Amino acid sequence: MQAKNDSQTVIIDGSRLVTEAMARAGADAFIGYPITPANLLYQYAGRRLPLMLPAPDEITTLQWMSGLAAAGRIPVTATSFPGFALMIESVNMAFMMELPMVIVLVQRLGPATGTATCGAQGDLALLRGMISGGHQVPVLCGDGFKDTWNLAAEAVHTAVRLRTPVVFLTSKEEMMTRKSFDLSLLDDIFPVERRSPGGAHYKTYDPGEDGIPAFLPVANASRQVRLNASTHDMEGILRHSTDEAMANTRRLEDKAGNHLDSYTRYQYDSQEDAATLVVSYGITAAAAREAVSGIRESGKKVSLLVAGTLLPLPGIYYRITGKYDRVVIAEENINAQFARLMFGEELPGRVRTVGAIGKMIAPGDITKEVLL
Amino acid sequence: MSTILRKKDLPYCKGCGHDLIAKNTAKALERMGLEALDVTVVTDIGCHGIIDGCLNTHTVHGLHGRSVALGAGIAMGTGRQGNKIIVFIGDGGSTIGLQHILEAARLNLDMTVVVHNNMLYGMTGGQTSGLTPCGFKTTTSSEGNPWSGYDLCALTHTSGAAFSGRIAGVGDISGTLQEAFETAGFSLIEIVEICPSYGVRLNPGKKLREIMESSGKLPGRWMNDRKPFVLEQGKKRGDLLKELKTITASHDMPPGGPVSVILSGSAGEGVQLAAGILATAAVSTGYHVTQKGSYPVTVGVGFSTAEVIISPRPVMYHGIDIPDMVVITSVDGLEHCRRRIEAMKGGSLFIDSSLECPPTGAGVVAHDFRSVGARNAALFALFRMAAVTGILQPEVIKSTALASGLPAAVPVGKMMELATG
Ligand SMILES: Cc1ncc(C[n+]2csc(CCOP(=O)(O)OP(=O)(O)O)c2C)c(N)n1
Ligand code: SF4
Ligand SMILES: [Mg+2]
Repeated sequence: MQAKNDSQTVIIDGSRLVTEAMARAGADAFIGYPITPANLLYQYAGRRLPLMLPAPDEITTLQWMSGLAAAGRIPVTATSFPGFALMIESVNMAFMMELPMVIVLVQRLGPATGTATCGAQGDLALLRGMISGGHQVPVLCGDGFKDTWNLAAEAVHTAVRLRTPVVFLTSKEEMMTRKSFDLSLLDDIFPVERRSPGGAHYKTYDPGEDGIPAFLPVANASRQVRLNASTHDMEGILRHSTDEAMANTRRLEDKAGNHLDSYTRYQYDSQEDAATLVVSYGITAAAAREAVSGIRESGKKVSLLVAGTLLPLPGIYYRITGKYDRVVIAEENINAQFARLMFGEELPGRVRTVGAIGKMIAPGDITKEVLL
Repeated sequence: MSTILRKKDLPYCKGCGHDLIAKNTAKALERMGLEALDVTVVTDIGCHGIIDGCLNTHTVHGLHGRSVALGAGIAMGTGRQGNKIIVFIGDGGSTIGLQHILEAARLNLDMTVVVHNNMLYGMTGGQTSGLTPCGFKTTTSSEGNPWSGYDLCALTHTSGAAFSGRIAGVGDISGTLQEAFETAGFSLIEIVEICPSYGVRLNPGKKLREIMESSGKLPGRWMNDRKPFVLEQGKKRGDLLKELKTITASHDMPPGGPVSVILSGSAGEGVQLAAGILATAAVSTGYHVTQKGSYPVTVGVGFSTAEVIISPRPVMYHGIDIPDMVVITSVDGLEHCRRRIEAMKGGSLFIDSSLECPPTGAGVVAHDFRSVGARNAALFALFRMAAVTGILQPEVIKSTALASGLPAAVPVGKMMELATG
């Protein structure tokens, strides 16, 4: 018998954990439009969040969420590429208006409708380029249940702290597979706290000291709020390209990066004298862990970096990868999206990639590349 | 001086009907005794949408066509009583975002949509829109539009709007606007105007009322007697983790490494249920498990396959390439797993005896699993697998199955006897 006395072993899927974590972190509304493999989140949210509304399409989903966020709520949705594609203009709007929300993007095999019931890690490049102007939206990604729990909550916290949409990037196999898991391993999650602006003179986009404007809900009784998705000044009034308006847009460019430390999450398991580093994230991180432990059992040395914060890319990833002669990056696509984001289109010779489509990358695939 | 408008000169071309709408909106709101911050104006993209900076209200300026959905979100999210949500949108925005309008009308959200119908896309250069009347000339239909426009009011009325109204944008229109603003629930007011810069220039001499008459878009108001949507506040919801049953490891685990199992049969034949029982029984024996299902998108037909890994150690990677054990209860299930069965170099295959066994390196146990009913075949095969391989005690499968809420008619005890006897 394995279990400790105080264990609370259950069989659970990732969708349930993510929904509960986000609810505990303060998410209080879910807008849903069905799409495999995100449907479990929709079902759970309907039972868990104080407000759940079925939208008639994904553009409406994002617009309703934006309205709810403008009114002071913390909305969440879950979708997959086809739905996410419809949301992108509205994600730009929420980014420009600086509205907090979390989109759980459950990746499936593309292009287009692709295979609804097959997992993939093919949407990271899209996320990097989805905001016109090249600005960045934080993207977090879990590794196993415990980490997924923490990062789902962090996604809500980051969205509110930075006043921004956040994408929680996951995939079919992470959200739909049931696994035995000891709930007593989960950390406590605290509801996010909001700063309220001081002073009688409120400007919606006054950067304050940290470049993050304090939030007041629209439709409040005391101070005027002006939200604007067009180029605007500090007050939120449309401007063509005045200095003040350009300063505001530059602030948006800097915001995610300047606060990156506060939501940089990764796991680095280094082995002294190892010359090779395996890098992975999300569903493939499980295979990477298994590969690394197998390689070590066979007496060889290897280190592991699992990225939790995928965008913006934390500088620490470069400092870590820089220490190794060989870097093996494993992700479930056939164009090395994370590897190319890190190292450019033409990958340096020391960077090797392991990819797949239509099936998960197996530990053996990674081991083979490491031992090559 | 207006409390709602902070400027007298609004940024429209001379004679534009949008000017009339903005001023009459302010007039109606002031007459209703509303303060600027009692009102949130959500504007679309288009000439009408550049009003923001002239308003003392809360202002929200979003995307082309999406303002009604954005306003709907605000209407659902704000708990403030006496708060007015007003959306300014054009005819162009109304068609690109038509679904949003119909949805807000269907839900009867407490908001007012003011449609600035100048019968063309003003801001982008006077192109034909979905509300351009038949015969009306635009910069993209110099011969006159060959189609007639949507009847927006009919659409919102049949969708359930509390108030739908159409008026010509001439004279004092503050009374009708006030009527819309005072409606509890969803109201839409379509104000028809001619854009001087394009509409008047391309259709010289055409009178607004004549156009409305000849196109059948007469002034009017249409009501539905409905209660507005009110958000239930502060509903308490259950914890998703607490509702799960915790499983205590209360049986002895036999020695051995991880075992991967595939159960494969036909939809509706209890494959996923049997996999759940297997997984739970394994956890109550102290194992770690993973369980995933796969089936075609049409869940009611074709194959139904479940993959279960049972391991004395936590399972990280949960994929199964070549399984250790396979249970096949139907042709659909067999076809779906044929490649993997043929690739097996050891392990066991439990297959219904009615099926032709593919070449395989697995030890084959053929049995009439379907004899206890097709729906029970997978569970029956589990007992057999437990008895033959010893990874689980048949007793544990039995008690797990009984506790899983199966219908009383499922002959659990008999299956165990048959399988182990
Ligand atoms: C998604 C998208 N497509 C196209 C446009 C370009 N666009 C800006 S305003 C406009 C038309 C506005 O027409 P209407 O809504 O009738 O307002 P008006 O200018 O006539 O008041 C269009 C098509 C846009 N902003 N967004
Ligand atoms: S172009 Fe037409 S709709 Fe736009 S402001 Fe001028 S007159 Fe008004
Ligand atoms: Mg127009």
